[in-house]
Amino acid sequence: MANPQMVMYEEEFHQIQGVVDRLVREANAKVVFIIDKNGQLIAASGEVEEIDTTSLASLTAGNIAATGGIAKLLRENEFATQFHEGENQNIHIQLVGNRVILVVIFDAKSSLGLVRLRVRKATDELIKIFEALLNKVAEPGQDSPFAEITDDDIDSLFND
Amino acid sequence: MSFINYMAREINCKIVYYGPGLCGKTTNLQYIYERTNPDAKGKMISLATETERTLFFDFLPLSLGEIRGFKTRFHLYTVPGQVFYDASRKLILKGVDGVIFVADSQFERLEANQESLDNLRDNLAEQGYDLAKIPFVIQYNKRDLPNVVELDELRSTLNPAGVPDFEANARTGEGVFETLKAVSKLVIAELKKGQGG
Repeated sequence: MANPQMVMYEEEFHQIQGVVDRLVREANAKVVFIIDKNGQLIAASGEVEEIDTTSLASLTAGNIAATGGIAKLLRENEFATQFHEGENQNIHIQLVGNRVILVVIFDAKSSLGLVRLRVRKATDELIKIFEALLNKVAEPGQDSPFAEITDDDIDSLFND
Repeated sequence: MSFINYMAREINCKIVYYGPGLCGKTTNLQYIYERTNPDAKGKMISLATETERTLFFDFLPLSLGEIRGFKTRFHLYTVPGQVFYDASRKLILKGVDGVIFVADSQFERLEANQESLDNLRDNLAEQGYDLAKIPFVIQYNKRDLPNVVELDELRSTLNPAGVPDFEANARTGEGVFETLKAVSKLVIAELKKGQGG
């Protein structure tokens, strides 16, 4: 396989959730979420019940992928930050360690300056957590929970 | 690349529908969307042009039930089939776990199928994947039309390796779920082989 498995463990999840929860408060944000570059939602905080996070994760990942493609054409390494300004809400998108994407949605209760400041701090913390997570995944002895799956298990998923 | 979340007890996989323009990739997703229980699906997103041609991708999240206590979620994507959207196709293949190639069975699309299949192989290789080694199935769509190529000929042209293949009519839904099930099974079987490989 060409790529390492993305895995999330309880310990790292709590650390990431802690960063995300704090960022919502410190940046006066409506919603903060973290997704991986393939569009899988990793963690979310704030007024998430109002938002279709699955769709948002997929579209944001597509957006980052397209911007990355543009960067490549221009021989730029990446465009790590994007900001979209709406009438009522704004969205700040930050690539973290070229691995995950940190998204902050905010309104007039906050400001771009504050969001950028808090995102920068959170980014540093997240890079450390994801590095540790990747090292953990790469350690030998982390068995797949699916090693014991039988063909019957797989078939049972598709019983109509 | 699948994403195993021990915290949420979830496993997320990405499946991509590939194929030449107008072969029926979006129609496959629309049929799945219409026929799936509301609890098991999310919103279907289509980034399309004003003439309803796929511009970037279609996206449909599906839940398939539990396996060993883990919820299985499949994210289905289509690529834009038109030749000039190649840069977008490459992006959508990133992190793919399984591919469905939708072939258009009509005579006049035989060459387009072949080109698209070669393009899939090249684009995967560019990202370090080998089409022969990843979960891969083929669907021969539009079998209901009058001007279709014989199944044997399609098979010998597009499927010399003998991967699982299915006849379909995506408009009526014939073969649509069979194709999806086949690739999903291969994806889960791949997880069973182990992670991080």
